[in-house]
Amino acid sequence: MTSSPNPHRLNASVRSGRIDRARAIDCTVDGRRVRGHPGDTLASALLACGITEVGPSIHRGRARGVFTADCTEPNALVQRLDGCPEPMLPATELEIYEGLEVRTLSGVGWLSGQRDTAGYDKKFVRSDVVVVGAGPAGLAASLVAARGGARVMLIDQHRELGGTLPDGQAHVSGHPATEWVGRAARELAENENVRILTRSVALGCYDHNYLLVAERRAEHLPVWRSSGPRQRLWHVRAGQVVLATGAHERPLVFADNDRPGVMLASAVRSYVNRYAVLPGREGVVFTTSDSAYATALDLLSCGARVPAIVDTRAEPPARLVEQVRAAGAQVYPGSVVTAATGEPGVTGVRIAGLDGNGSLTGTPVEVGCDLLAVSGGWNPAVQLFAQSGGTVRWDPVVAGFVPDSPGGRSARVVGAARGTYDLAGCLAQGFAAGAEAATVAGFRVAPPAVPQVDGDRPVGRPRPVWAVPDESRPRRECTEHFVDLQRDATVADVHAATETGMRSVQHVKRYTTVSTGVEQGKSSGVNTIGVLAETLAASSPGEVGTTTFRPPYTPVPLALFAGRTRGPLYDPVRTTPMHTRHEQAGAVFEDVGQWKRARYYPKNGEDMETAVLRECAAARTGVALQDVSTLGRIEVVGSDAPVFLDRVYTNKFSNLPVGKARYGVMCGADGMVLDDGVSLRLAEDRYLMSTTTGGAAKVLDWLEEWLQTEWPKLDVYCTSVTEQWAAVAVVGPDSRTVVGRLAPELDVSAEGFGFMRFAETVLRNGVPARVARVSFSGELAFEVNVARWYGQALWDAAMEAGRDLGITPYGTETMHVLRAEKGFVIVGQDTDGTVTPLDLGMNWAVSRSKDFIGKRSLSRPEMLRADRKHLVGLLPVDGHSLLPEGAHLVDQRAPRRPPVPMLGHVTSSYRSAALGRTFALGLVSGGRERVGEVLRAPVGGTDIEVEVTTPVFYDEEGVRRDGAAQG
Amino acid sequence: MLLIRCPWCGDRDEVEFRYGGQADVDYPADPERLDDTAWGNYLFVRANPLGTLTERWVHTAGCRRWFSVVRDTATNEMSPDIPSRRESR
Amino acid sequence: MAADSNTSHEPGRLWRNPEPKSSYDVVIVGAGGHGLATAYYLARNHGVTDVAVLERGWLAGGNMARNTTIIRSNYLLDPSAALYDHALRLWEELAEELDYEFHFSQCGVLNLAHTEQEVRDARRRAFANELNGVDAEWLTPEEIAEVCPILDTSPRLRYPVLGATYQPRGGVAKHDLVAWALARECDAMGVDFIQNCEVTGFTTSGDRVTGVRTSRGTIGAGGVGLAAAGRTSLLTDTLGISLPLQSHPLQAMATEILEPVHPCVVMSNHVHVYTSQAHKGELVLGAGIDAYNGYAQRGSVHVIENQLAAAVELFPIFGRAHLLRTWAGTVDVTPDASPIIGPTPYENLYVNCGWGTGGFKATPGAGWVFAHTIATGAPHPLNEPYGMERFTTGALIDEHGAAAVAH
Repeated sequence: MTSSPNPHRLNASVRSGRIDRARAIDCTVDGRRVRGHPGDTLASALLACGITEVGPSIHRGRARGVFTADCTEPNALVQRLDGCPEPMLPATELEIYEGLEVRTLSGVGWLSGQRDTAGYDKKFVRSDVVVVGAGPAGLAASLVAARGGARVMLIDQHRELGGTLPDGQAHVSGHPATEWVGRAARELAENENVRILTRSVALGCYDHNYLLVAERRAEHLPVWRSSGPRQRLWHVRAGQVVLATGAHERPLVFADNDRPGVMLASAVRSYVNRYAVLPGREGVVFTTSDSAYATALDLLSCGARVPAIVDTRAEPPARLVEQVRAAGAQVYPGSVVTAATGEPGVTGVRIAGLDGNGSLTGTPVEVGCDLLAVSGGWNPAVQLFAQSGGTVRWDPVVAGFVPDSPGGRSARVVGAARGTYDLAGCLAQGFAAGAEAATVAGFRVAPPAVPQVDGDRPVGRPRPVWAVPDESRPRRECTEHFVDLQRDATVADVHAATETGMRSVQHVKRYTTVSTGVEQGKSSGVNTIGVLAETLAASSPGEVGTTTFRPPYTPVPLALFAGRTRGPLYDPVRTTPMHTRHEQAGAVFEDVGQWKRARYYPKNGEDMETAVLRECAAARTGVALQDVSTLGRIEVVGSDAPVFLDRVYTNKFSNLPVGKARYGVMCGADGMVLDDGVSLRLAEDRYLMSTTTGGAAKVLDWLEEWLQTEWPKLDVYCTSVTEQWAAVAVVGPDSRTVVGRLAPELDVSAEGFGFMRFAETVLRNGVPARVARVSFSGELAFEVNVARWYGQALWDAAMEAGRDLGITPYGTETMHVLRAEKGFVIVGQDTDGTVTPLDLGMNWAVSRSKDFIGKRSLSRPEMLRADRKHLVGLLPVDGHSLLPEGAHLVDQRAPRRPPVPMLGHVTSSYRSAALGRTFALGLVSGGRERVGEVLRAPVGGTDIEVEVTTPVFYDEEGVRRDGAAQG
Repeated sequence: MLLIRCPWCGDRDEVEFRYGGQADVDYPADPERLDDTAWGNYLFVRANPLGTLTERWVHTAGCRRWFSVVRDTATNEMSPDIPSRRESR
Repeated sequence: MAADSNTSHEPGRLWRNPEPKSSYDVVIVGAGGHGLATAYYLARNHGVTDVAVLERGWLAGGNMARNTTIIRSNYLLDPSAALYDHALRLWEELAEELDYEFHFSQCGVLNLAHTEQEVRDARRRAFANELNGVDAEWLTPEEIAEVCPILDTSPRLRYPVLGATYQPRGGVAKHDLVAWALARECDAMGVDFIQNCEVTGFTTSGDRVTGVRTSRGTIGAGGVGLAAAGRTSLLTDTLGISLPLQSHPLQAMATEILEPVHPCVVMSNHVHVYTSQAHKGELVLGAGIDAYNGYAQRGSVHVIENQLAAAVELFPIFGRAHLLRTWAGTVDVTPDASPIIGPTPYENLYVNCGWGTGGFKATPGAGWVFAHTIATGAPHPLNEPYGMERFTTGALIDEHGAAAVAH
């Protein structure tokens, strides 16, 4: 045992790494203290401490270790415990900070009830050129596009720019590549047209070059040090997109390939060079292509032993072989690792020959090791490209799926993302794509010459092996050959899937659950396809094809999508100018559309029923006041306005005299009631239409649609003026007195100011007003309208004017009762989208002499049936039972057991102060013919007997609206 | 998030618009003369092609104007509608 | 009840992959849930086994593979309640009947109400359910909290939860497994599944359909049943049949696998969110349809964004769950949001379409009545109201307009 907390950390003289050794960071993993440095991920810190094992596997409980150094990690998934717990974070991506505390997981995370106090926000931007990926290709593209003057956005998921360059030892123009990266980063940072987003993942690439980017802003900081949003979601509309998303290394599939100590060859390089961590002292390298030779050289240069480089190819490039041999490694060409040995961690491998047909040859040899670096080849990261509509094809030369067609409108794919793995090629493609993108976006620029680079140009063709044959068992029994470590899925599972009859990779994915984990197939997908292709004797993985690539590229918290759209900001709250007065009066509010409307005003702890009875009584016997500012108001102006309204409303408006008001109903083309309200004719060519509170926007849309798309020649303009007006309804026998005081210049007498008339005046407080004699209660009533600014002043003045008369503010609930007593419907409550004006008994409002929208629909067979549901009144026979709204009505003789034929339902039901009893409105089949019948309303085990009546309960003669009762 | 070209306001995000379905479905000149089938077709039947569809959008959060575009329902590629026949009528 | 499957399955096999024959008694177009269920009940109830189910892609790879697997029958209108509850009763026996565990879990479904009008509508639906023999209860916010403790029922919400209907018999099932269970049984009874076989049109003789043209040649058929969801109208267009269908993208999404936290299904029409936790542990969330027609099987991101905002608003605990995957299907929507199941103007051609977002829950019920319609040439009483003539007469089954509840 060593006393050093980081026994596997390389001496700075061997590898400096991109960590800050001067500072130590302590975090806690499964209760154990793990020490690392700034720049470490949790995975690199674990490895530095010599901890290779993480949580056991999900189904089989097999020991597993850190397998990658990137977002494809299948094993090292942890639950963060500090702050608000968060599940399933890859340790390979998790930057450590002081106080980080995690628990390793076995493929299943958990949610905590703890409140998430972190902030999430969003930003919406446009950019001429968006480059995804800041590796050499992406940097090159960004540099050129920016030099051309384009607004460039460069997005990369890592803390640092450079892609995999910091993982390696390449040189550009004779200097370490990281220096070229540094210069490029400085040039971009100094260009004000360039925005660089690091720690940012392009989640999705959608239609028309729309990208979604998740930026981690404070996630890598301790909670106590972070301010501002934890993450930010960027919505980016790009002129041109360059995808330089790189490639993911494939694992290799052989017996016990899941042992801790088996690791991607590229990950080993990353740990050695970027993090200065040596994951093992004796590393076997198992590869199918050139790239892993660099891993061997890195291991050797750090003092590790490389007892074997196992290459599937019979003739690996001689230069590479010579290089590694000279450094002390032995190469096994044309060979495979058939099995990892040791338990739980790898202690050795078994190596056998592989002939041209893919069969094992010779006697396997055993070689000891504590690290097995595997490289099954590379998968170009085509996810974003494919999401945006691009298709991929199998390229046998690079042994991977590469972009086949231009994705979306103009996504360009460069570098490893299209199977180009040499640095010079990446730079050349990046420069060219950046120049092209900028030029197309309107910023002409030519690509520069590609600098001199040295290094690892792959020369040999890869020889992929999808599943190494087992030494003794057939495929169907290869239950330890894992194709998906996270899902514990094996070659045997894939084989079993095919035995069911499945041929499609989509079926196999679903049968085996391969690629359904956090990595979403980035590492498991192509190997599975390869195994499947072999099992089905397909010509190539291309014949099998891929599963569908779907956003997001990597998992992101749901809270990020919600952003600030939570609680009060979930949807805008609309309030009237009198809102504070309602609050002061203790109103209880209800949501009507986005509006907050006062529902009732309880006094001294009243419940709703008591408050409403009191408010109703005030309206019927004294005077009461409601804020009706939320009603929709639309000015309909133009010489054809009368014609237009005749077409829109079921009744006529062209013959409405100026200065008068009329109630109107409008229908959809299907003849169903859409909305209703009172319209005033302000002038020959000018109407002020009112709509329901919830229907205002819908009606304006409706009017515009017909005007613009059907009757563009009509001279009509519609303008929403809802927000321009504030209004109160002053209701009750004493309302004339109150309005007379409020508007002293106005003749409010019954003779001087008739029903359904309106007048302009100036209120006593100097506020100009329009007063209308309309009534939604049947009571004498005035609607006083003023400019929005004066809404509160109007409310105060009206309250003052009626103080001695006991003026009572009332809410929507009382309004509902008052109108129901008169049989006035509320569209949306007493109608539901299947109700015609005729069903409501509004024949008087349905013109026979003109066409109107929906008229033809009213003569369809179904609309002519006698058993349509009609609006009727319903009186509980006992006089006091309150029918629940929504209750259904059945025949007296209807069966008691289901199915019970239903005749209709209760739409509105109240206690009435004026009637001294309960009453209701309802829609009942053939209802108008049933007046006088007694029906049952089965309600929660008991029946309420109700008598069907006409829907007017109060003041049938309609004398009260003129205040006659007062006289 | 489609990028929709409003003929009056230019390229805007889809969230500023409301979809209006197939374009050029005229309100019948004399609805009363249509039989129930023809009227039912007018009410309910709209083209639903795989491929190009001339369709209506309204720029609700902008100029509130209706307009037609041609969109490929398989790829969402959009192009301007031919000059509206309505205007020439 | 004992499994009444009287067929024997080859161990481990789900289906053969036969070459298509030159003709069949019945050809079903579309090997989705409905196509499979139709084939199953053709064989089981009507003894019709000379059946081919043709699939343009992979079996059950369309909306069957993309839906959020919610099963319920608490519909308002009589024809809907009858059809969906018939389906639910079949679901309750299907796993045993097919001898296949497909994780049908009757964990209960909550439909939330957030406004006074939604309360009225929801109670109306619950009262109707009671009279139609469909289990449904009206729950107060306090009672909701007992059923689903992670749901925020506090008045803090912008649109507080005012109540909910609760259908305890509702729940979820694992869609893929349902398909495989049906496919295995059909296959054992002799039904041919022909995958990668796209139907492009029909062969006709006068007003009679005699077969289908496919990417693998012409196949004769005594009867043809379309169960092709979003692509139905593309096929009927070739015969000049006007169906009131519009195909829209419908998106859904899932999180990583999580410990059980969400005990039931929650649907909120007001804020457009549908959530449950799958057997495996992922949270599964559904959104509303995208506004525009489309066959791209991808939708617009703001739809998902709004939907996730709603989910986090209702379930604060979901905030740190991770969005793992989003996807989309193509759903065919009718003007009244109810399906069309029945004969067409062409003899021997039958349609089952227009299920919109609600098809999965009806799978066995749809198959039952569609099989009856095809086998007998006339609708089953349950799908009688669902003929296409209702768009002429006006006898719509307007769950949309009447109940304002999405499926």
